[in-house]
Amino acid sequence: MDANERPLLKIEGLQKSFGQIDVLKGISMTVRKGEVVSIIGPSGSGKTTLLRCVNFLETYEHGSIQIAGQEVGFRDSSNRQRRGETDLARMRAETGMVFQSFNLFPHLTAAQNVMLGLVKVRKKSKQEAREIAEHWLTRVGLDHRIDNLPSELSGGQQQRVGIARAVAMEPKILLLDEITSALDPELVNEVLDVVRQLTEEGMTMLMVTHEIAFARDASNRIVFMDDGKVSAEGPPKELMAQAGSNERLDAFLSRFRTSHLH
Amino acid sequence: MAAVLYALPFLLQGLLITLWVSALVVVFSLVIGVILGVGLVYGPRPVQWLVRLFSDCIRGIPILVLIFVVYYGSPPLGIAIDSFWAGVVALTLFKAAQVIEYARGAISSIPKGQMEAGKAIGLTFLQRLQSVIFPQAIRRFLPPWINGVTDAVKGSALISLLGVVDLMQSINEVIGRTYEAMPLYLLGAVIYFVINYSLSLTSRYVERRYAYIRD
Repeated sequence: MDANERPLLKIEGLQKSFGQIDVLKGISMTVRKGEVVSIIGPSGSGKTTLLRCVNFLETYEHGSIQIAGQEVGFRDSSNRQRRGETDLARMRAETGMVFQSFNLFPHLTAAQNVMLGLVKVRKKSKQEAREIAEHWLTRVGLDHRIDNLPSELSGGQQQRVGIARAVAMEPKILLLDEITSALDPELVNEVLDVVRQLTEEGMTMLMVTHEIAFARDASNRIVFMDDGKVSAEGPPKELMAQAGSNERLDAFLSRFRTSHLH
Repeated sequence: MAAVLYALPFLLQGLLITLWVSALVVVFSLVIGVILGVGLVYGPRPVQWLVRLFSDCIRGIPILVLIFVVYYGSPPLGIAIDSFWAGVVALTLFKAAQVIEYARGAISSIPKGQMEAGKAIGLTFLQRLQSVIFPQAIRRFLPPWINGVTDAVKGSALISLLGVVDLMQSINEVIGRTYEAMPLYLLGAVIYFVINYSLSLTSRYVERRYAYIRD
């Protein structure tokens, strides 16, 4: 089998519940190297939980998640023994995550936010880490904000630091969790532009988004989740076409059709 | 006055003991309290219960009782402990229970997303504490903790009741010889005040230094 054909991310039969509530009811999906996959769906459908399972911010009861053939949170898929702290940290460094609420480190400058993982996890020298941080902050259009604290930045700027912090680690896959939901409308595009650039450079991405138009334009595939299951998936055009035969998808998309999809 | 001057070298020895006891108590209780505080926030359930139990028990006992319990309770348990170390252990236990609460409060005030962001870039638990949680929590931790340090200095006077010749006990002994109670107690009050007032000033300085978030 060609190495490129093996999916970079492989999720199989994923089940998770919070107490009595089943949030994920057997999710299977794959993301290949260089692919951009968007997850859409109504709130409460389990999108964010799924994403958080991928870097083991959430644990799960059944199923398996593999990145490049390695189980993420457990030592192997059969006995489900949780990885030790160091081992888990090493696996998590393989994925990058950008959060809805940015979660920048408020006591560190933009550059220091990006440098922290490079120095502590990638074991780069301070100087090298600083150069990488400057490179990525310039790439996201913040060359004039490198030494500012997060509290001195706008929401859009903070989120771009968040993206720089994640990609500077050279993750195998980037996870984006509704990264524009907390932003004022006029700041959304500056963040989406950065994401678009990254997709064009072949960064592998799995994103949860409410920006349907963006998902349609920027993704190779869209996964529609509903009630803890994958209800439909396919390339954007094919998925939109399925709306006729999938009531739930149709209902979900109709909310955006009138306002956004022109 | 002559009595006071005559007694000064003796009082200075007592002062050294007071400072030494206070320093030991402050350092030991800081280490123990922060570790247990972290356990209380992030530890598995059984650890949380044990820390809670420890903290509640200690804080429910008057410090004076605690000192006597440690002093008289240790020999029957086969632990040889002199009055100095009995005092240090008792005061440390008492202080640690407070530090646990300061640490818990400071750590819990950091939003959950901070720990998650640290996980996401691949930091281990200890790295997350060191680089993400502690630098932020310290602003919340320091003011009550430094206040608590002054309590430790003041509280250390209680070990004079075990016969340890600290500042308090040395004053008592001089008074026993000279019957000049008032000038000597005043002198003692001034010395304790000077120590604690300089600690308070330090605390204010440190607080300003850690006010890194310009909002």
